[in-house]
Amino acid sequence: MSYVIPKETYSGNVLSLEFGKAPKSVKIGGENTLPFLSFEGSIPNKPVIAYEIQDITPDDWPDTVKAQYAFCSDNPVKWAQHCQNKLKAQAISLRLIGTHPDRGDRSAGDVAKIVKDVLSAVDVPLIILGSNHIEKDASVLVAAAEAASGYNCIIGKAQEGNYKTVVAAALAHKHKLIAMSELDINLAKQLNILITQMGFDKERLLTDPMCSALGYGLEYTYSVMERIRLAAIMQNDVTMQPPIVGDVGMYVWKVKETFASESDVSQWGSIEERGVAWEAVTAIAMLIAGTNLLIMRHPKAVETVRKTIEELV
Amino acid sequence: MALSGVEIFKLLPKTNCKKCGFPTCLAFAMALAQGKTELAKCPDVSEESKRVLGEASAPPIRTFFLGTSEKAVKLGGETVLFRHDKKFFNPCVYAVNVKDTLSNDELNEKIEEVLTSEIDRVGQKLRVDAISIEFASGNSSQYESAVKLISQKAPDTAIILNCKDPSAAEVAVRTIADKKPLLYCANEGNTGAMTNIAKTHKIPLGVYAKGLSELSVLTEKIKGMGVEDLVIDSGAEKAKDMLELNTQIRRSALKKNFKPLGYPIINFVLREDPIFETCVAGIAAAKYASIIVLSSIEKWKNLALFTLRQNIYTDPQVPMQVEQKIYKIGEPTVNSPLLITTNFSLTYFMVSGEVENSKVPAYLAVMDCEGLSVLTAWAAGKFTAGKIVQFIKDSGVENQISHRELIIPGQVAILSGAIEDKLEGWKITVGPREANGIPTFLKSRPA
Ligand code: SF4
Repeated sequence: MSYVIPKETYSGNVLSLEFGKAPKSVKIGGENTLPFLSFEGSIPNKPVIAYEIQDITPDDWPDTVKAQYAFCSDNPVKWAQHCQNKLKAQAISLRLIGTHPDRGDRSAGDVAKIVKDVLSAVDVPLIILGSNHIEKDASVLVAAAEAASGYNCIIGKAQEGNYKTVVAAALAHKHKLIAMSELDINLAKQLNILITQMGFDKERLLTDPMCSALGYGLEYTYSVMERIRLAAIMQNDVTMQPPIVGDVGMYVWKVKETFASESDVSQWGSIEERGVAWEAVTAIAMLIAGTNLLIMRHPKAVETVRKTIEELV
Repeated sequence: MALSGVEIFKLLPKTNCKKCGFPTCLAFAMALAQGKTELAKCPDVSEESKRVLGEASAPPIRTFFLGTSEKAVKLGGETVLFRHDKKFFNPCVYAVNVKDTLSNDELNEKIEEVLTSEIDRVGQKLRVDAISIEFASGNSSQYESAVKLISQKAPDTAIILNCKDPSAAEVAVRTIADKKPLLYCANEGNTGAMTNIAKTHKIPLGVYAKGLSELSVLTEKIKGMGVEDLVIDSGAEKAKDMLELNTQIRRSALKKNFKPLGYPIINFVLREDPIFETCVAGIAAAKYASIIVLSSIEKWKNLALFTLRQNIYTDPQVPMQVEQKIYKIGEPTVNSPLLITTNFSLTYFMVSGEVENSKVPAYLAVMDCEGLSVLTAWAAGKFTAGKIVQFIKDSGVENQISHRELIIPGQVAILSGAIEDKLEGWKITVGPREANGIPTFLKSRPA
């Protein structure tokens, strides 16, 4: 018996998508093989990591990650510049958490100004996210999309409860769009279908099947993503071919492994590295399952995941 | 790949003697193909047929134990490429690599690290399962004494003899052969000698070759010499090669029933930066390694890697539920708030996490709704006023708290009137719609 490389023949591919403006625009997706398996297909673009920044100083992030931005997190413009200039961010993800009714309830007017300020301060591509409040996001994302008109941003997230408004805004201002559903491949598929039925090109769409942190449901996200990728590549299911987003930082930095002090749980070791490893390992699992675009917080985690991506291509 | 009834029939004596309890050889063959009887029931089957049938019915990836203590770990035996297809069965082993050039004090420190690595996570005891002892000194008596020391101080921990020099290996194996260490490894240059040691002492053998073609040739050769408990190393150094070759090995074994690669995989992921090493180990854990050898085992790193392994190896068919009960978050008192939610495990994780973030100690009543989230459970008639009232009464929470206020999820605000009607003396408060609103909600309540 002699060895023959067991290659699969795939019929589908992940759609490729470009966001931001030249010369700093970024391309993701486009592969016609399973994650990192280039022995049986091509992977034209590497996964990209966007640094998360927020419109208000985060008070719910653990100290270890807050400290990384202590000198700039009071101002989204400074924060964005720091990510671009010092941390060499490939992309930035602005989360408008201050618009949440419980977190300051900022108006759509405020949003427009912040978005414009950030856009004029940096030239790397921008992702603009709401606060994950379904009703409020509808108005916030409309204002954000308009303010960012012409910048070819990614906006999100469109969910079942607000997609009509959000899709219309992304359409009108020519942005890319994240469609998010909650950990169910059928819901993800259905939302993609509903959105494309509104005349939104699937080539402009990204799928967020909902992230979860290591130890807190990671396996569900992992398997939903793997199944979405298999449907796209093996079954050539065109509704499952948009690139996948992993909104990692937001889920990771609220689990207790990332903030419990060493004196409380001595068997868990150093809090500093523990948090970084938690975010990095969550991100790695997402990448192996098929994520094309990661949103992350801690610079050391981003740097390590980038280094790992370099070893994977 | 299992043989069909007809294929099995061709290997039987075809005398229809009925000694197996079946009317004909064909009937017996059919039953055998379906796993309803065993080959031993036919007394007349030839040795050659036994061998062929035995091989065909062997699992596609060989399964055996590493170590001999009650902490011995099962390797191999996987049946699928993707966890959602069924499940991954035998969690990978994490081993730490230790050089024999370390001083006794340093060795003792490492051993201590391994012995205290055990962590309890959601009811499972997780630990560093093995120590890989590297022959770095070039001195076989130094190697032997390091091996001795480790096996005495960590008697239950499995040992990997990371030594390519047959004479040093022979000495070390002799001292601990009863512990069934894994001998790592046979390669192109030492195949005969290493295989002989493994065969003589009946221990598993690691096999190393650069590339899978070369590796297949080597495993066949070693099997021919009589050692079959093998662990294979493709020689991958970059993460990319590791992922691709591990995938090709698993696929060859499962989809092509290619026996020369039907063995558990070992990956050395040694990197200088411990966080980077954690990431590369994570790839190996997700994609098909059975033994992952690390250069360091910091507590934070173990926690992350144990948790990942637990996530990857959980059974995807088991519904995502947590136990119905009143959970304490922080150290609640009789005056602490009481919230209710459903037992969908992600709902539970999110709600309990946000309550924890609020730093307000609280009780969380988690009600069995067959693993459905709040809105779905409500729509399915499982999270209704009547059922909530019954659960609160039966839970005994009335003895734990002195107040009578229940906070319900904002998504089922509609239930508040009905619950208040049925739960006498209670006040129902509508909480936030989304879990991320909980910290603000709890913090803004008068203490
Ligand atoms: S005992 Fe063997 S030879 Fe006899 S009928 Fe059964 S299978 Fe055939």
